[in-house]
Amino acid sequence: MSNTPSSVAGLSEPRVDSSSPIAQPAPPLWLLAELTYRCPLHCAFCYNPLDYARHDRELDTAQWRRVLTEARALGAAQLGFSGGEPLLRDDLEELVAHARGLGFYTNLITSGVGLTDARLAALREAGLDHIQLSFQDSTREMNDFLSSTRTFALKQRVATLIKAHGYPMVLNCVLHRYNLPHVGAIIEMALEMGAEYLELANTQYYGWAWENRLALMPTEAQLREAEAVVAAYREKIGKRCRILFVVPDYYETRPKKCMNGWGSVFLGVAPDGAALPCHAARGLPGLTLPNVADQSLSDIWYHSDAFQRFRGTAWMPEPCRSCDERENDLGGCRCQAFLLTGDPTRTDPVCDKSPDHARVREVVMHGASAALAGHATASEYPLVFRADAASRAFASGDAKAR
Amino acid sequence: MNDDIEMPRLDKLYRLQFEEAQKAWVLLYPEGMVKLNDSAGAILQRCDGAHTVAMMVEELQQAFGIEGIAPEVEIFVKHAIERGWLV
Repeated sequence: MSNTPSSVAGLSEPRVDSSSPIAQPAPPLWLLAELTYRCPLHCAFCYNPLDYARHDRELDTAQWRRVLTEARALGAAQLGFSGGEPLLRDDLEELVAHARGLGFYTNLITSGVGLTDARLAALREAGLDHIQLSFQDSTREMNDFLSSTRTFALKQRVATLIKAHGYPMVLNCVLHRYNLPHVGAIIEMALEMGAEYLELANTQYYGWAWENRLALMPTEAQLREAEAVVAAYREKIGKRCRILFVVPDYYETRPKKCMNGWGSVFLGVAPDGAALPCHAARGLPGLTLPNVADQSLSDIWYHSDAFQRFRGTAWMPEPCRSCDERENDLGGCRCQAFLLTGDPTRTDPVCDKSPDHARVREVVMHGASAALAGHATASEYPLVFRADAASRAFASGDAKAR
Repeated sequence: MNDDIEMPRLDKLYRLQFEEAQKAWVLLYPEGMVKLNDSAGAILQRCDGAHTVAMMVEELQQAFGIEGIAPEVEIFVKHAIERGWLV
C-alpha cells in the first residue's frame, strides 16, 4: 500500500480543496444539466432567471449526449438533471442511460410531476442512481399556494412510488418565512416517507426568489427556532435520515464560498446550451456566456473568459484583496454582489467588511419587519409566481424587476 | 454503533468507483463525493458482504507485502460504519 493504513482516515473532500485554480484549473466535478426551463410549477422562490422565456430554445438529444460525454471526459462525476422540470423532456431516459454508461452518478432533481410508475421503471432500467423530490411544505395548503398548483397529493403518491422502486430519496424543501415555523412537521413528513436525506434549503435570493425577497425573508427568531428544531431531531433520529440545513447567508457576517469557487468544481449548462459557472450567472452584466453548441466543454472550462473571469483571487477588489480570509470564501457570490450592488466585481455584501454590507441589512430588516407585521403587509409585497406570461413581461421590459 | 457487522458491504446509497481524472477511488452518493486515499480505496473494494475484516487484512497484507495492519483496518472499517458507508 502506498499510504500507511494509519492515514486511511485522512480522507479529503474535493469540494473543500482550495488549491489555486489560476495556474492549473482543476477539472469540473459536478455537471448540472438544466434540460428545460419549462415547468408545471410556479414556485415563487425559483432561482431560474426572471426572463427565462427569452431563452426558449432547447438543446436536442444529440447535443446533450455530446455535453455529457465531454463533461465525463473532463472528469465530472456527479450529474444533476434539473430544469425547470426535467421530466418534460421525453429523452430523459435516454440521457440517463448514456450518462450512467459513462460512469456518472446520476441525480434527478424533480417536482415529481410526471413521475409515473412506468417512467420510474424505465429510469431504473436506464440506471438512474437517485431522485431528489421537492416539496414546498408539509401542508397541502402551503405547498399548493407556494407552487401555485395543486400538487401536494401527487407529490405524496410519487414519494411512495420512488421508495417502492427502491431508489434512495432526498426530499428537498426550500425554506422562507412562510414555512420555517413548519420545520418540525416537514421533518416528520420526510421520516414517514422514508427519505434517506432531507435537504432544508433556506431560500437563496436569485431569480424569482430575489424578486420576492421582501415577501420571503424570514425573521432571525424564525431561523434560530428552526435551527434548534433541526438540532433536536438530528439528536433523536441519528442516521435514519440525514438532515442538511442550508443556512441563509443574509444572516451571516462572512459570505459563502459560492460554488466552492468560480470555475472550481461546478459547471452548469442551461436549456439553450449556455455554460454557467454559477446557477445565476446568466444575469451578470458584461459576461458573455459560452455556448456548448459552439465550443467544446474543455475550451469553455479551461479557456473561456466567462470561466476565467472570477477564478482564484487575482480579480479581487478591496477589501478582499488584502483580506487574510480571501481564500476561505473567495469573495463570496458574484451574482449576489451584482444583485445587491449592481456590480458583480464587488465584495459580496454579506461580508461585514464590505462597504455595501448595509444593503444586506436593509433587505433583512425590511423583510423581517414585514414578517412581524404579518398579513397586513401581504398586499404590500405580493408574491410574483414563476410563470411564462410573467417571464415574457420581464423579457420584453413590460414588467420591471423590483 | 454496529460493531457486530461480520461482513460489511457498502450501503446502497453509495457507489465506489475509480476516477481516472483524479487517479483515485471515490465514493459517490446523492449529490456528493468523497475522494479516498489508496488505503481507503483498497479496503472499501473488499467490503462486498463476502469478506470479514480478518479476510480483508489477510488479502491486503498479501497484495501489498506488508504486515501488522489489522488494527488500522479495523479502525477504518469502524469509521466507515460510523459514517454510514458500510452496513
